[in-house]
Amino acid sequence: MLPEVEQYFRIEKLPHMWCPGCGNGIVLHSLINAISGLGLDQDKTTIVSGIGCASRAAGYLDFDTLHTTHGRALAFATGIKFSKPELNTFVLMGDGDCTAIGGNHLIHAARRNINLTALVFNNNIYGMTGGQYSPMTPNAKRATTAFYGNIDRSFDLMELAKGAGATYVARATTYHTELLTKLIMEAHKNKGFSLVEVVTACPTAYGRYNKLGKPADMLKAQKENAVNIKSLKDGIVPEGKFLIGELYRAEAPEYIDQYLQAATKLREKGGK
Amino acid sequence: MTTPRLMQGNEACAEGALAAGLNFYAGYPITPSTEVTEILSRKLFENGGRFIQMEDEIASMAAVIGASLTGAKAMTATSGPGFSLKQENIGYAAMAEVPCVIVNVQRVGPSTGLATAPAQGDVMQARWGTHGDHPIIVLTPSSVSECYQLTIRAFNLAEKYRVPVIMLLDEVVGHMRERVELPSANQVEIINRKQPDAAPHQYVPFRSGYDKVPSMASFGEGYRYHVTGLVHDDDGFATTNPEIVQSHLNRLQDKILLHTPEIVDSEQVDTEDAEVVLIAYGGTARSVTRAMRMAREEGLKVGMFRPISIWPFPEEQLKLLSQRNVKFITVEMNFGQLALEVERVVGGKNAVYRANQVNGELIKPDTILDRIREVY
Amino acid sequence: MTKSWEVRLSGSGGQGLILAGIILAEAGILDGQNVVQTQSYGPEARGGASKAEVVIGPGDIDYPKVLDCDVLLALNQESCTKFTDDLKSDSVAIIDSSLVSQIPSVNGKVYPLPITKLAREEVGKELVANVVALGALVGLTGVVSRESLSNALMARVPKGTEELNTKALETGFKAAKEARTRKTTQQVS
Repeated sequence: MLPEVEQYFRIEKLPHMWCPGCGNGIVLHSLINAISGLGLDQDKTTIVSGIGCASRAAGYLDFDTLHTTHGRALAFATGIKFSKPELNTFVLMGDGDCTAIGGNHLIHAARRNINLTALVFNNNIYGMTGGQYSPMTPNAKRATTAFYGNIDRSFDLMELAKGAGATYVARATTYHTELLTKLIMEAHKNKGFSLVEVVTACPTAYGRYNKLGKPADMLKAQKENAVNIKSLKDGIVPEGKFLIGELYRAEAPEYIDQYLQAATKLREKGGK
Repeated sequence: MTTPRLMQGNEACAEGALAAGLNFYAGYPITPSTEVTEILSRKLFENGGRFIQMEDEIASMAAVIGASLTGAKAMTATSGPGFSLKQENIGYAAMAEVPCVIVNVQRVGPSTGLATAPAQGDVMQARWGTHGDHPIIVLTPSSVSECYQLTIRAFNLAEKYRVPVIMLLDEVVGHMRERVELPSANQVEIINRKQPDAAPHQYVPFRSGYDKVPSMASFGEGYRYHVTGLVHDDDGFATTNPEIVQSHLNRLQDKILLHTPEIVDSEQVDTEDAEVVLIAYGGTARSVTRAMRMAREEGLKVGMFRPISIWPFPEEQLKLLSQRNVKFITVEMNFGQLALEVERVVGGKNAVYRANQVNGELIKPDTILDRIREVY
Repeated sequence: MTKSWEVRLSGSGGQGLILAGIILAEAGILDGQNVVQTQSYGPEARGGASKAEVVIGPGDIDYPKVLDCDVLLALNQESCTKFTDDLKSDSVAIIDSSLVSQIPSVNGKVYPLPITKLAREEVGKELVANVVALGALVGLTGVVSRESLSNALMARVPKGTEELNTKALETGFKAAKEARTRKTTQQVS
């Protein structure tokens, strides 16, 4: 392992538990590159995760790390951040974790615009339980609970986060790691709720049920289907493709700032 | 003592929490506990603390645990349906040993039940509501001043033993207003969680000494440790090793078992010569006190045993009482929940009767008196 | 044992009965008494049955609710019909005659007083009917001292409404005095 990233890992906890070909390790690498690039104090940075394959990431990272309950990572993180705002708080979730069971917490964290940096590892499936469809599984794709194809419509997570009030919304893939690192850094610099969706491959479950080939094929598909928003000519995303890059950025008051400012103002006024 | 004043039970919980050092509260409105949330929304905003109204009860419980991990004294309050929603994360607090206080003001259930009416149907839920065997402490005040005192104690116990502590009120006690004289701030004993005495690189977050309670570092202080709801080893990392799993789960039980004598709390009234002892807690104990007085006026020798901590149950105290030739009547606003524990402790040595009522009203002294006459 | 007072204030949601109960209880504390105040109400903020109960006495109060009602205030027909049954021969009932048309014949002394009408016409604001009622109740029963009631009321009401509330209280006291005179006169004749 490269010495510049080694200090951020709990080396003794490796090798990790993810399947061969899983993209989660790549996401982790980009996250660490971003934390390193931002020069964040390791003692003042906390990683919060939910339940699922992606959420196991927290255990491998050498920070104060909190592996919570399924779907609730953002709510735990809200308690941490609100109680100790000086902590840099990253929240790692899977697509099922964040958009199904945790969907309510997602929209409310976004609505508050609380200063959290959320990463959603989107592999389009519940991997840890063996491949059931999630709200991010595309229509007609197969899963163990959608043997004849998924009839659900899937979320557009970027539009969802934007609509709910997130002030930084971006997407990358595990193929575009430099972009991913950059987006995580930008997301963290945004003072407010930031969401980065990472398209990542689950060859074991999603890939296998949908005959998507080897892990390398799935990576290649990420390369071929991702369209950087900067190179988008007429604003139309071609059929079967998806956008990557910084998709939305806005200015809005941050929750904790608002709270602390209002409380300070009250005390200065001698309110109590 | 402060000047006497009129105070509501829910308000006394809020004031007791503040006296104990509460500085973080996350909640969601639900009758009949909402006053706790309302009062603290204002007071914490005023005193530099943190209040947040979360999107639901699940999130409130999660935020409380997150805040506690940063060193805050954190609480949430709820009622029936909300208490059910909190259960998964209460289990998390038990497993990860995160100190926190949960106020549950009981109303009639199941389901939405009767939102504004008293019941005591959550006795077993408070003990066993989350999945898996786990330790927990549950306190039941029966007066407004006790709401105040026991909330302080709830924080002290949570901090001392690193467990979730539940304040189990009922609507009668939560909404009742009484004249109270509260102790002044310097009369209140405050216990804080044990801090690590090891340097960060030597800190073993879940290793404990003789008292079975590990020290607890706050997030952001350089200890850089891992917390999970999975069964974990002393280092805090998930394990499936049967020996470690067993010893970890044993320790969670033992840390309460070992300290049960100092945790349990109960009260006895006129039990010395009693031939019938009424067992009651919370609002019901108020009716029982009156019924007892009425029975005494009729010449019936009746006393009361009131568990104040219902979990752990004051088992030894009741056992001592049961060695005498007395009959017991467990009076509850449910279909007999703590009665099961009473029957277990008494173990068939004495007759144990029940008086139960769940009609949305506080059980009347007359009803209890009738039952006393029947069994006397 | 010295006597405790068991007071029941009943009517519908929005009539300020719970606040009235709180003020009465706080007046009890100012008198150096022990007090417990309880309530029952439906889910509605306005309308629906509402009931506040206050027990005031020198000693410890065990059962917190009213068992033997000494004083009943009824501000609507439903509560009047429902709660007058419980009255004893020495109970006092104050009934808002502007809202209650049928007063059952019951035990105890019954004082029909046009409380809401007095609030509207004499004080100028129907909202303070609860304070008029408190004045009448204390004037007729003495469950707390007038001075403590007035102090408790002033401590609870919003700034700027002190005058209005004092007027409401005085109106209640006056109504009590007149009612008592009327009653005495009737008894003499």
